[in-house]
Amino acid sequence: METTIATQWIMACYVDDVPENGGSCVKHGEEQIAIFNFTRRGEWYATQNLCPHKQQMAISRGMIGSAGESCEPKVACPFHKKAFSLLTGECLGEEELVIKTYPVKVADGKVFVGIA
Amino acid sequence: MSKPTIIVVGNGMVGYKFCEKLLARSTQFQIIVFGEEPRHAYDRVHLSEYFNGKTADDLSLSTLSWYADNGIALHLDDPIQEINRSQKTIHSLKGVTLKYDYLVLATGSSAFVPDIPGIEKEGVFVYRTIEDLELIKACAANAKCGAVMGGGLLGLEAAKALIDLGIAETHVIEFAPRLMPRQIDSAGSNMLQLKLSQLGLHIHLNKSTAAIVGEKKIESLRFNDDSQLPVDMLVISAGIRPRDELAKLAGLHVGTRGGIIVNEKMQTSDESIYAIGECALYDGMIYGLVAPGYEMADIVAAHLTEADKSFYGYDMSTKLKLIGVDVASFGDAFITEPDCRTILFEDTHKGIYKRINITNDGKNLLGGILIGDADAYNMLLQTVNNKIVLPPDPEDLILGSRGGAVSEGAGVMSLPDDALICSCEAVTKSAICSAVSEGGVTGIDGMKKCTKAGTGCGGCVPMVKDLIAGTMKANGQYVKNVICEHFDYSRQELFDLVKINGLKNYDLVLDHYGKGDGCEVCKPVVASIMSSLWNDVIVKQEVIQDSNDRFLANIQKGGTYSVVPRIPGGEITPDKLIVIGQVAKKYGLYTKITGGQRIDMFGAHLSDLPLIWEELIDAGFESGHAYGKALRTVKSCVGSTWCRFGLHDSVTFAIEIEDRYKGIRAPHKLKGGVSGCVRECAEAQSKDFGIIATEKGWNLYVCGNGGSKPQHAQLLATDIDSATCIKYLDRFLMFYIKTADQLTRTATWLNKLDGGMSYLKNVIVNDSLGLAGQLEEEMQALVNTYHCEWKEVIESPGMRKRFAHFINAPEEKDPHAQFEPMREQVRAKEW
Repeated sequence: METTIATQWIMACYVDDVPENGGSCVKHGEEQIAIFNFTRRGEWYATQNLCPHKQQMAISRGMIGSAGESCEPKVACPFHKKAFSLLTGECLGEEELVIKTYPVKVADGKVFVGIA
Repeated sequence: MSKPTIIVVGNGMVGYKFCEKLLARSTQFQIIVFGEEPRHAYDRVHLSEYFNGKTADDLSLSTLSWYADNGIALHLDDPIQEINRSQKTIHSLKGVTLKYDYLVLATGSSAFVPDIPGIEKEGVFVYRTIEDLELIKACAANAKCGAVMGGGLLGLEAAKALIDLGIAETHVIEFAPRLMPRQIDSAGSNMLQLKLSQLGLHIHLNKSTAAIVGEKKIESLRFNDDSQLPVDMLVISAGIRPRDELAKLAGLHVGTRGGIIVNEKMQTSDESIYAIGECALYDGMIYGLVAPGYEMADIVAAHLTEADKSFYGYDMSTKLKLIGVDVASFGDAFITEPDCRTILFEDTHKGIYKRINITNDGKNLLGGILIGDADAYNMLLQTVNNKIVLPPDPEDLILGSRGGAVSEGAGVMSLPDDALICSCEAVTKSAICSAVSEGGVTGIDGMKKCTKAGTGCGGCVPMVKDLIAGTMKANGQYVKNVICEHFDYSRQELFDLVKINGLKNYDLVLDHYGKGDGCEVCKPVVASIMSSLWNDVIVKQEVIQDSNDRFLANIQKGGTYSVVPRIPGGEITPDKLIVIGQVAKKYGLYTKITGGQRIDMFGAHLSDLPLIWEELIDAGFESGHAYGKALRTVKSCVGSTWCRFGLHDSVTFAIEIEDRYKGIRAPHKLKGGVSGCVRECAEAQSKDFGIIATEKGWNLYVCGNGGSKPQHAQLLATDIDSATCIKYLDRFLMFYIKTADQLTRTATWLNKLDGGMSYLKNVIVNDSLGLAGQLEEEMQALVNTYHCEWKEVIESPGMRKRFAHFINAPEEKDPHAQFEPMREQVRAKEW
């Protein structure tokens, strides 16, 4: 039998809190979540704010963009430019690093993040 | 069936290479390696770099896990004591006894230590292993005067090491009447001696050491002529002795003057035992270089895998840099007339000596010697090895073509396909070219991975680079530095496109000329281009700026930022100093004087940045752009207002220049300097632009660089007045901003510029492109639109809002940004 864990949606911030085509960091208890407003693609993404490379709370300050023919959406940590897929959280370089990703939905000018 | 066991005795460079070569040919052997040293194999050729800050790890030829990953059992710190040939076993110091099917002796050599009374005293060293170097380093800390016994290649390397260790007075003692008698001729020795003496090395020739004098520790050297030289330490480098004692004990044939006798398959007198490297004696000769050692390793690997390969001696050509002086010898360096004809060139002013020996019919090159300038070495060596027919004026080979038509066919592309380019790894020209044509290699790093060329002594790297570029060109592959996968243009091309079309927004540029959604490479490049063109407030397009430009501060460990207000020319009033102190204290910042004569405040939380700047701007400060690819500082000496030597007021001029170019975005950061006299206290010649006062005006230097590859700035104009100096600077900086690749400093830009400095001088001073007026106008437009970015931010609530760590809790700081106390201040917590 499958068990489904109900996603809990938290109101993270307002749409205009996050710059277009950029990111902001949201505090949720002890957790820090990076939220990205990928206006160019009309998409929103959320990941952990911690870059696992040197344990820095900086992913939200990174630049976003796309990689490869498939246009994989990505974010690059400002510290050493480790880039992570915004879809899977996997590091796009040689490292075996991975960051957590969260589902995002937007309604009434508010941004919600799904916490498992 | 179990795998045949090969035991390798010695884990030096050659022993290691043997494992690598054998694995490349076959995995059907069980390899066991014994090393006497506690470390696994490291690069002994570049040992002296250990003193320049390279660590033992940097010098390692591989990781420890490499051995395990390849199934090699590695016994370190455990020398083999005995070989039992009838049982085919070895016995080690730690008591390991193992059976072998084949034994490879790669025991190398040891330093020859002459039997001089007092040789056992403290402060006497040999120069061979990392452990030796550590002992030397420890002793050198308290030594003022050091000597090296031996003026050969290794002796001079050791002397360089002593100089690098800061020994104030370094002597070289040589028994022979000249330096490096094995590699170079007498005239070359003289030139080398002259050059090294000028560099501060004390050279004593014809000196035979009779005794080492001192109580317990060395105090002086006494020579046969009864003269004495007081020294605090001595490094012995009087030659090498092959390590053949183990072989001798086992009854293998050894040479009368040492060395394990081997045949052309590197087999000793016992056919299941091989010897390779500096312990092997082939045809009466010990090969004391790494390349022939590697070749021997490959021959054994070939023989064990039943491939056909033999050793027939080896080219002992060599090129090195001794204490900054190029020394090279190649082919038959010593052959003299009447067996050949020699061409000599000597320039005692510059310290250059060149000799080439050519056949009597003038058709072929036999060998030669180069001192002081060995740039032609690789090409000359190829000319010898490939018997390339000489041009009608062979003197051009060492003098360069002087006027008239440029000599044809001198390039690397004219070499035959089987020309050996990398002798350490035995890589031919055709292998390199096909790695480019078929393997898709486009750079030296890729080439090293693909073919291993250039990974040994590194001497062939310039030639490999030329071959890569030449092959790409021949294939019609245009080497264009495109920005990234999203823009198929170079920075210069995109600069022109953005300008012509008046594009002022990143998405527009991407829609017109790019593809995809951009990335962290092209976004800051386009941001910089737009800033250089339109000079708008950069934070209006915050998301395409690099993190530092996005928050107008430098991100540091822990995620806090550092703050640098502009202090033009390094001049600051006491009142402003007090403000910096008060602000730093209030916000808990660590303060440090920077290399550019200003003050850096570290540890500022993102949300504190606007508050800090509010106070600084109130006190009359402006942004220092320490975070931007922009002008940093114009460093100045105090100049004629105070200094008794000063010719002009360097501080006033530095401030004028810094104020003129502040805030302007460029492909990379820019640094300047102004010195008030030739003493050059502002170190202006290490800057992107440097100005030095002369009796008649200023000398302007450009394209200097500190950093990892220091380069002196070159003279652009002499004795010019202040207005002309600024005019030239306007043109120079604007030309650089418009044409350089992203993240390219002026020095690198100049190095890549076709025509180099003479071309640049023509463009800037003689206006050869007719661009001077336009460049000046463009620069003036940027100067006229200067704004302090921080002032714009603190006056705009919308922009200020972004300076918060948590967007949903702007008053809270990041709890992960942590500090530790240090020397009455704080430092970032280690990550």
